[in-house]
Amino acid sequence: MPDAPILSANTELSGIASEMRYRIVKTSHESGTPHLGSCLSCVDLLVYFYWRVLQINPKHPRATGRDRFILSKGHAAPALFQILAERGFFPRSRLEDYGQDGSIFGEHPPSPSALPGIEAATGSLGHGLPMALGMALASRVTDSPYSVYAILSDGECNEGSVWEAAMMAAAQKISNLTIAVDYNKWQATGRSDKILGLAPLAEKWRAFGWCVSEINGNDFDEISEAITSNARDPRPKAIIAHTVKGRGVSFMEDDNNWHYRIPNADEVISAAKELGVEAA
Amino acid sequence: MRNAFADEITKLADSDPRLILLSGDIGNHLFDNLKDKHPARFFNCGVAEANMMGVAAGMALSGLRPVVYTIAPFTTMRCLEQIRVDVAYHNAPVVIVGTGSGLSYASLGPTHHSLEDFSIFRAIPKLQVITPYDAPSLRSVLRDALAGERPTYIRIGKKGEPEIVPECDSVGIGKAKVVRNGTDACILAVGTIAYEALKAADILIQNYDISAQVILINTVKPLDRDLLSELATKFRKIVTVEEHSKAGGFGEYVSAHIAQSRLPLEITCLGCHDDFMHSVGSQAFARTYFKIDADSIVEAIAMNTSSNASSAA
Repeated sequence: MPDAPILSANTELSGIASEMRYRIVKTSHESGTPHLGSCLSCVDLLVYFYWRVLQINPKHPRATGRDRFILSKGHAAPALFQILAERGFFPRSRLEDYGQDGSIFGEHPPSPSALPGIEAATGSLGHGLPMALGMALASRVTDSPYSVYAILSDGECNEGSVWEAAMMAAAQKISNLTIAVDYNKWQATGRSDKILGLAPLAEKWRAFGWCVSEINGNDFDEISEAITSNARDPRPKAIIAHTVKGRGVSFMEDDNNWHYRIPNADEVISAAKELGVEAA
Repeated sequence: MRNAFADEITKLADSDPRLILLSGDIGNHLFDNLKDKHPARFFNCGVAEANMMGVAAGMALSGLRPVVYTIAPFTTMRCLEQIRVDVAYHNAPVVIVGTGSGLSYASLGPTHHSLEDFSIFRAIPKLQVITPYDAPSLRSVLRDALAGERPTYIRIGKKGEPEIVPECDSVGIGKAKVVRNGTDACILAVGTIAYEALKAADILIQNYDISAQVILINTVKPLDRDLLSELATKFRKIVTVEEHSKAGGFGEYVSAHIAQSRLPLEITCLGCHDDFMHSVGSQAFARTYFKIDADSIVEAIAMNTSSNASSAA
């Protein structure tokens, strides 16, 4: 049986999130892996899911009744890898070859067979939600009561397949599927509300038949409220999580250069100070 | 073939509780029997093929055996990236069925033709590419695909395809079937074009005294290399015929293998030339247009084959 989630207090989660942010920044510096801004915006959502929500047992990562989590915005894999290691899916030492030739740790999640804790090899946008929906429907068919969670990016909502899945989830009255859209207001080359007509995003999901909550996605109390207050709603659930790209490091916040920029050694030290983490 | 598919998939669903059918809003009443017996295992996914393929992959990764069914171009090219990433990269055991393949829907125009699927899928790792020729062979390969664990594409016809090999003699995935023995020529017929090849063999013996071996191919990938080595010991020339583009099709796959393995075989590849067919018509008309009908096969063989009788003379 999968283990119950760890019921850490929100203050503890903040400390974990800061430590994860630091490791992500440091690994970006060491390995030259980009998408730092996209990773930092969704760290709090990831920490909340992995510490407070998911019924998973890292020692039995393929247990049939486990909850599934898909990082549909696969380019935030550097954040996911740190979190999976911290939760014990694999030892942190495995991350030492990050970004080197032959490593499985790069810019996107590898195939599930290659790394415990990975449910889907995302990276091409718009794939995670349909796969999550398939897993959620499989729970119904197999009478195995697990839940499926996914984090999408706002830019990812450009993809038509996201909305195809949204319509099918509503038609199937699927209740064990919850997504968070990491609404950091940027995509690769500009503002996500300007490149395509993304706003009003919450209204779009509502119109597609989903149970929608709109929150500050960098605030654990608000994430907690969104998850718990809608837990019994029979519809698929979307959390429109307003976040800040580069959250937690002042000189990265809301600066889209950090979609691709790699921090230098001094910037890593500055980030550690701001995050209140001892540089290692 | 689609009726045989509906019947066989229902039987398979009876015996395997993991089997799921996903349809892209086609087959009105075709699956009524399945829906009646197993309502929780039929999903009409609407006209949203990219999502349908992702959903199927998610189901397969959760222990189910999804079979995705819609018209060939829409279950292949419309959701190609989902097939490549969600199905093949994950090695998810999804069975993708393309109905009305090749020129089955000649009357609907090129939007509904599928003449590129072999060439596209040949380049995708893990995916096996299957092309049954009649209803019994469809039943056999479908059973094999679901007994195995590999991502599989099965390209089927529409309806009314003549039965060529009776159920009791039907062969499974990867097995070529010799349906006519001959000594002067050898035709490798791929999938549903089999009937034209058999007709051609009849005409060749009657009108030209050329005895043609006819071998039915139900598997494009993996390529049956042993079969080609064996043919090289018996024949000097082979002809491939497929209801598919010549570019990247079965014929080119065989040609490449012959060249790379230095097999002593001359090859003629019959298939659709590099163009869209702008006019509409019956499937027979379209096969004639692309010179893959029986008369065109006869012409291609008769002009560069000598019969035993004439070579002996």
